[in-house]
Amino acid sequence: MIVPALGHLSAALPEIFLALSALVLLVLGAFLGDKATRPVATLSLIALVVAFVLVLLGPDSTTVGFSGLFITGRFAVFLNALILIGSAISLIIALDYFRLQGTERFEFPILVLLATTGMMMMVTANDLIALFISLELQSLALYVMAAFERDSIRATEAGLKYFVLGALASGLLLYGCSLIYGFSGTTNFGHLAAVVSGGPVSIGLLLGIVFLVAGLAFKISAVPFHMWAPDVYEGAPTPVTAFFSASPKIAAFALFIRVMMGPFGHVAIEWRQIIILISLASMFLGAFAAINQRNIKRMMAYSSIGHMGYALIGLAAGSVEGVRGVLIYLAIYLPMTLGAFTVILLMRRKTGPTENIDDLAGLSQQHPLVALVMAIFMFSLAGVPPLAGFFGKFYVFMAAIDAHLYTLAILGVLSSVVGAYYYLRIVKVMYFDAASEPLAGPITRKMAAVLLCTGVFTLFFFANPAPLLNSAHAAALALLH
Amino acid sequence: MLAIAIVFLPLAGALIAGFFGRKIGDRAADLVTSIPVAFSAVFAWINLWQVALLGHVVTVPLFTWMDVGLFKVMWALRDDQLTAVMLFAVTTVSALVHIYSIGYMHEDPHRPRFMAYLSLFTFAMLMLVTADNFLQLYFGWEGVGLMSYLLIGFWYDRPSANAAAIKAFVVNRIGDFGFGLGIMGVFLIFHTISFSPVFAAAPGFAGKSFVFLGYHVDILDTLTLLLFLGAVGKSAQLPLHTWLPDAMEGPTPVSALIHAATMVTAGVFMVARLSPMFEYAPFTLEVVTVVGATTCFFAATIGLVQNDIKRVIAYSTCSQLGYMFFAAGVSAYPVAVFHLVTHAFFKALLFLGSGSVIHAMSGEQDMRKMGGLARRIKFTYVMMWIGSLALAGIPFFAGYYSKDAILEAAFGAGTSVGNYAYAMGAFTALLTAFYSWRLIFLTFHGKPRADHHVMEHVHESPMVMKVPLFGLALGATFAGMIFAGPMISGHWAAFWGHSLVVLPTHTALANLETLPLWAKLLPLGGALLGIVIAWQMYIGQPGIAPALAKSQETLYKFLLNKWYFDEIYDFLLVNPAKWLGRFLWKRGDGQVIDAFGPDGVATSTRILARRAGALESGYVYHYAFAMLIGVVFLMSLYFYAVGV
Repeated sequence: MIVPALGHLSAALPEIFLALSALVLLVLGAFLGDKATRPVATLSLIALVVAFVLVLLGPDSTTVGFSGLFITGRFAVFLNALILIGSAISLIIALDYFRLQGTERFEFPILVLLATTGMMMMVTANDLIALFISLELQSLALYVMAAFERDSIRATEAGLKYFVLGALASGLLLYGCSLIYGFSGTTNFGHLAAVVSGGPVSIGLLLGIVFLVAGLAFKISAVPFHMWAPDVYEGAPTPVTAFFSASPKIAAFALFIRVMMGPFGHVAIEWRQIIILISLASMFLGAFAAINQRNIKRMMAYSSIGHMGYALIGLAAGSVEGVRGVLIYLAIYLPMTLGAFTVILLMRRKTGPTENIDDLAGLSQQHPLVALVMAIFMFSLAGVPPLAGFFGKFYVFMAAIDAHLYTLAILGVLSSVVGAYYYLRIVKVMYFDAASEPLAGPITRKMAAVLLCTGVFTLFFFANPAPLLNSAHAAALALLH
Repeated sequence: MLAIAIVFLPLAGALIAGFFGRKIGDRAADLVTSIPVAFSAVFAWINLWQVALLGHVVTVPLFTWMDVGLFKVMWALRDDQLTAVMLFAVTTVSALVHIYSIGYMHEDPHRPRFMAYLSLFTFAMLMLVTADNFLQLYFGWEGVGLMSYLLIGFWYDRPSANAAAIKAFVVNRIGDFGFGLGIMGVFLIFHTISFSPVFAAAPGFAGKSFVFLGYHVDILDTLTLLLFLGAVGKSAQLPLHTWLPDAMEGPTPVSALIHAATMVTAGVFMVARLSPMFEYAPFTLEVVTVVGATTCFFAATIGLVQNDIKRVIAYSTCSQLGYMFFAAGVSAYPVAVFHLVTHAFFKALLFLGSGSVIHAMSGEQDMRKMGGLARRIKFTYVMMWIGSLALAGIPFFAGYYSKDAILEAAFGAGTSVGNYAYAMGAFTALLTAFYSWRLIFLTFHGKPRADHHVMEHVHESPMVMKVPLFGLALGATFAGMIFAGPMISGHWAAFWGHSLVVLPTHTALANLETLPLWAKLLPLGGALLGIVIAWQMYIGQPGIAPALAKSQETLYKFLLNKWYFDEIYDFLLVNPAKWLGRFLWKRGDGQVIDAFGPDGVATSTRILARRAGALESGYVYHYAFAMLIGVVFLMSLYFYAVGV
């Protein structure tokens, strides 16, 4: 019995490594106190990098383990890699930010590690129990992070709101799981798929799916389960917001795809309407509600709601092309949004960080290069060719067209026109408005490097999109076959 | 090869002066445009000798322009007798105008731009006359149209110049529309737009018709009428003549170039070039004759009473073009082109001479404020005399040979329209002489009517302006004598070769030698009479002119206001078009498209944005409520969709 168990362990090596690292570092921090802050941060970053390498070395073929609770393969490798990149970049910019703020604490990197572990488990979950456990592991870490600046009223309020609503969402999700289990007699995704495809599906099971969708939609902040996002994005410390907008979104989406396309792929006709509705509502609310925002973090919250709507188009298509489109979308969305948040982190006055869009005025004169990359990110988020964001939208819209979802595709394009307004407004403010007081934030070397990498990716993606396209395609195939 | 140099030297000069004019400076811009054009002119003389006298007719292919299915178009330079004569006239006058401009435009801050335009204008005209197919002809056609727009509006800070430029362009568009349709029709019928195959096939279509909107229409009549519409616009014939007088807003050298050698002569050239088609379109020829003859008379009557020195000459141009057209209309193409050449010289001379007068008068153009200039600017005075003598057709100046030949050809045609043209033309000869000497007498004789300040500054033009005048005077004096023999005498067919086609049944040219004496002498008598009347009215008894204007006020006003053509056009076309434009702009675009389109969408977006933002209340229980409602809603929708 020990040999197959080791096999399972090696397949889950990255998750296990990350979990152990987190625990070791926690002990280290607890014993060394404040002295440990810097070493723990560095070691956490190294742990993420090591985990990334381990993920890439992981099995190419689909492997199921831990009595069917765990599944890995190309799909998981693709998304875990994205999650780790997102977490690492978030951590890098967060550490610099907290150092400047003088609020650096050793718990933050450990929370990032724990949340990342949860996310990776979400990606590899193959059972409703594993789904719930991983989701909660990730969520609990995120609740704490949202309220990380515990002296700040706004941050604690954000954390509390997030926690209460998250609990409600977890309840809905759990209720859905119990319904599904009650009407099918299994929690395993493989067995569920067999039940669903085996004959007429009971209404109770379908009801369970709706609750499950509601719980997952909360995690990706899709309408109408999005309402926490603007408040939490605004209230939480900026690096935490950046983190929220990147890796957790990808993990939740991975889980979403896995659940909907895996066990319930056979009843796609039944749930497609719901996804389309959520997608449309997210796109349009994201586009319209962002227009009047004055706070850039709040605006980015609506932006991420809108982007999740676009990604959902691919899921609604329900095909290999659709899943591939979602994966490409997420892979492109991650660097864009992290790059944009890096610029937001640089927004700083003598009195401290500032978050008003108007404070970006005149950035093109003070920091022409920063303004330039920000303009690149904004154009890309708006989906202007030839920037990366255009291709993200292009592939999901193509998948929708192939799936004959013409109305959805057309409405999606229309909403992106509305959305372009508020992205371009930022460019306008940076380039055409006169500055009242210069932004005084120093640009650290690491932040500059992050801006450079994300900016170059966004700008030159069109030159060689083949690697990402191919690996996304392989991942989508691995999930569906 | 000579043809390539003639055509492209002006282009090279224009490009250098146009793009680097500011860098290389005014002086260099003058030289870099004038010298190539001068070389062009010299080459054109050599070319004329080679082609017309030695018979070296060639077509120089450059490269393929378009090759789409049946539609093949080459860039090629057709260098036959007609082209050689045109090259000679265009480059010679253009070179002299270039040189003159150096002096005339000396004070202008935008001289390089002006010189570049002039050269480009010349290039466009050269492309037009060397065209080997309809499309290349159209290229040159539109090229001169564009350049005339730019040159007439050269002083772009004057509203009147801009208005004149737009008017010239728009009125020309009307003609060009017909011209374009004609070219398309040619392709439709002949399946090619190269001249040679079209000309070869044209006789086969004589008298054939096609069905259009249920009517049987003669093919060649239709095509040539459409093409002729282009000529009407470009050559300022009735009823598309209105742009020409207004084009006087451009600098005077431009007027000389537009009115003498380029642009306006394009229509006459085109009819001559397409003589193999026009010859088989009898109805079109009648139309050409009537339009030409009517314009000839009509423009001359307006010229009688105009007070602006340049406008008098402008209407004279209009009138002289009418002569050329009715000459072409009675199949006397050689005579038409001959008059084109002689007219190029004496009209350029008159324009540049009047430019010299205006220069001397510090920019004054109103003849009522001139007078008594003869002593002060003797050289210009003599030049204007030579130009007027040539224009009036006094022996043995250039116009005498060409204009009399035109009238004789019209008489010799023996048709009713030919007789009409003869009558109009002969009477116009009297009017021409009258307004020419009215101009001379008002400008140079009598007491000075300008104030002291202006009169003190009256001075002769510098040498750089005098030399071109002298050159043109030589042409105006001798061009008739020299070219009349080969071009229009009994041996004309040997000179023109195959470039002009006249059917044996069209006898206007053949009958030139056998006309009654009175028909030959009548125009000359009219011209002399016109001079005498002018002398009587403006020198002998200066009181007659105002008295006559008062007693015949209606007629006088009618002529002064140019037969009210502009007013009628304004009333019938311009104002309704403006009204329609304003309607579509204010009501259609503003109140419908904008209101429901951009503005409406923007407003509703703003409202939606405010509402969407307001959804976020900040209260957790609102959010939780929304989530639960969302679940219920999704569930209901779900059950509704699956139909449980």
